Amino acid sequence: MTTSTRPRPGPPREYHFPRFERHVLHNGLNVIVAPVRKLPVVSVAAVVDAGVLRDPEGLEGLAELTALSLREGTTLRDGLKLALDLEMLGTSVEAGAGWDNAIASMTVLTDRLVPAFEIFAEVLLSPAFREDDIVRLKAERLAERMQVMAEPRGLADESFDRFVYAADSRYAEPMSGTTGSISRITRENVAEFYRDNHVPGATTLIIVGDVSVSEGRKLAESAFGGWSGRKTELNREADKPARSDRSVRIISRPDAAQSELRIGHPGIPRSHPEYFNVTVMNAVLGGLFSSRINLNLREKHGYTYGASSYYDWRRQAGPFVISTAVQSEVTGEAIAETLREIKRMQTEEIGPEELTLATSYLEGVFPIRYETTGSIASALAILETYRLPENYYDTYRAMIAGVTTTDVLQAARRFIEAEKLQVLVVGNPELVRAPVEALGIGPVSVSEPVDP
Amino acid sequence: MRIPIEQFRLDNGLLVALSQDKTAPIVAVNLWYHVGSANERVGRTGFAHLFEHMLFQGSANVGANEHFELIQRAGGTLNGSTWLERTNYFETVPSNQLALALWLEADRMGALLPAMTQTKLDTQRDVVKNERRWSVDNQPYGTWWEKLPELAYPEWHPFHHSLIGSMEDLSAASLEDVEQFFRTYYTPDNAVLSIAGDFEIEEAKALVELYFGPIPKGGGKPPLERIDLPPKFGEPLRMVVEDDVSLARIYMAFRSPVFGSDEYYPASVCGAILGMRRGSRLYRSLVRERQIAADASAFTFDLAKGSDILVADVTALPDTSPDQLEAEVGREIDKLATDGVTADEVARAVALIETDMTTAMQSAGERADRISMFATLLGDPGLVNIQADRYRSVTAAQVNAFASDRLGKDNRATLLYVPRPEQAGDASTEMLEVAAS
Repeated sequence: MTTSTRPRPGPPREYHFPRFERHVLHNGLNVIVAPVRKLPVVSVAAVVDAGVLRDPEGLEGLAELTALSLREGTTLRDGLKLALDLEMLGTSVEAGAGWDNAIASMTVLTDRLVPAFEIFAEVLLSPAFREDDIVRLKAERLAERMQVMAEPRGLADESFDRFVYAADSRYAEPMSGTTGSISRITRENVAEFYRDNHVPGATTLIIVGDVSVSEGRKLAESAFGGWSGRKTELNREADKPARSDRSVRIISRPDAAQSELRIGHPGIPRSHPEYFNVTVMNAVLGGLFSSRINLNLREKHGYTYGASSYYDWRRQAGPFVISTAVQSEVTGEAIAETLREIKRMQTEEIGPEELTLATSYLEGVFPIRYETTGSIASALAILETYRLPENYYDTYRAMIAGVTTTDVLQAARRFIEAEKLQVLVVGNPELVRAPVEALGIGPVSVSEPVDP
Repeated sequence: MRIPIEQFRLDNGLLVALSQDKTAPIVAVNLWYHVGSANERVGRTGFAHLFEHMLFQGSANVGANEHFELIQRAGGTLNGSTWLERTNYFETVPSNQLALALWLEADRMGALLPAMTQTKLDTQRDVVKNERRWSVDNQPYGTWWEKLPELAYPEWHPFHHSLIGSMEDLSAASLEDVEQFFRTYYTPDNAVLSIAGDFEIEEAKALVELYFGPIPKGGGKPPLERIDLPPKFGEPLRMVVEDDVSLARIYMAFRSPVFGSDEYYPASVCGAILGMRRGSRLYRSLVRERQIAADASAFTFDLAKGSDILVADVTALPDTSPDQLEAEVGREIDKLATDGVTADEVARAVALIETDMTTAMQSAGERADRISMFATLLGDPGLVNIQADRYRSVTAAQVNAFASDRLGKDNRATLLYVPRPEQAGDASTEMLEVAAS
């Protein structure tokens, strides 16, 4: 009824990451155009070096609020008119801030690109920052803070960062700030942050899709040519660890239907030379459905719907995290199994089959990641933000393919520090505390969620 | 914009749609089975979805979880999902791995049962129970997607019960259920196979015939009985849920024309006018102008039989009481039903929908999934190419006819989430009210 012979793959067809060309305007604005002639679609992104690490101390959330405020109106049109004018063209500008950049972006059909691009430029060049809009946005951000505190996954991520990074490190606080810091932000703070950081010298404009290099450059030149401002340098340590010994923190949620679990410690910066070794090592450990942690916790034990591990890549050392949600009753077992998998990664070399599962997956999905103009623009934003080599995407698959089983073992030994792993549980202390203490992996403390 | 589509049917009834696009060496394989939670029998809520998990536990020539491993090793992505009317399975792989994806799908369609064991069922039952805890029980508002259908569809209706299922019913599911469900619903004549991306037409046809051709036709599935509903609820329905949430939220549902019908398009445009992006009615009025809401949106369930629902979803700001939220959302709906919409509002909605439809076609997986959707629910994969025209031909008069007919007080089901008062009990409480007006 079915054929038992497994098909073999044919010869692979060649793939290249889209060609792109770079051009710097006289005002310092960096322009990247990548023609992709597949559908009548163009994505545009302005990547500004105005990320969360530039938040002044005590005003955490300012970078994000400033990025969001861009969409609230320009000196030529108020926020409602701005939204409507773009939406009549079938698009809207999305904006937000990450740790290392602020990005405004839109995707539009080719025949509406020119008028939409004009408005896009206006958003970046002439934001009005009207007082009542800032007040409303702040109220929305504060409401979102309340939502995060009530939502176990977000609360776990945030509490983990606060647990593993030193209190005076920016990475300890949420990107969007806390209730206290958001409340302190004024309209003047926003206008000043914009003036100092949203400048052409700190901006890369990325245009991807159904457009030629010369058309893209012409658009950039005519809309952004009159902008001025120079980039200021930033020098701020954000990634200091809070503690060096393994410990457990339970964030108390007595009614929790499950335990949200995070295990990890500060990782390594994106620019680290061992990036590829670590990426493959993480894929084997917890980066894929078929990786060790998921097969163990989900498919062998049925403790969870899913378990994964990741490195949050940033300019400084973002966290290495194993993340899962397990039935409360098995929280202790799930932590023990996870630590066992880490130990196994550090003591035994993985087999060649396991290596090629990870490497051939990462090589193979590479073209699938870049099917859309939006995802290509995001890839170019990463290239720019982390100053990766210009041929980074052309050499990516070869770099992955070059990783060996020995490299993976070395990476696990060097970059996972078993004795420094921090364990955070958002769950019911009555069910969780005793079994976790019984593991004897380190001191256990219980605390309430905090939002200073 | 039109995408090429070629369709044919195997002797066993499998409908196949091919859409070639050679811009990147990627191909998507997508299978829709015309079965969902609506087909579950009494006492087996959640079974269609649990069964979806079992499809990754191996088949005659494939080991447990090997499907995942083989596709990931091939450099592909994959998953499955379950909805009220359908269950889908999909892979996107480098184009030289098309045969592997087809073979894997055919092996489980043709020979799933030899691989089924009690241990695998027990483990996946635990996984699904944890999925329920994760996505429903331990999430603020997480119960909305079982409570809203519960409120909006009568108890006897196939869309009424929980898709993720109750813990009791999940516990009751047996290997006999797996066998019966498979034999009844997982047959080639109850499925659509779509292939989109980089492949040679003749080669793909030959592979489909080779792997799927030998699978015997099914014995037919029992029809869904009593699925048709009157166009309106007839009276306002209301459910209040106290939950571990910090902000009140309302889901207001309206019975609306089924997916793909002539009346669906004005309804869908009306939904976009109401809640798509920041220029929509609810966002403009409640978030921007009156500043009583943190967010607002609207969407349809896209059900092709019985009755669809259009849902407005608005989250309050902290100082807005649940009653105020409900009253203000009601007022906006009243205004739209009474005063109607403008041609500009229709143009805005259609422009946004058109961009979304075009950009979605950039991805082979999306392309294949939408082709499967039209083929499964409406019998014609080619419908994917006339959607933009259908939307562009919608007029303000049509939207107004829909709004005045369907957005009245006699067609509203209101699900209201309110923050649980301090020191209340530990279980989620609800009050069901059926108020006559």
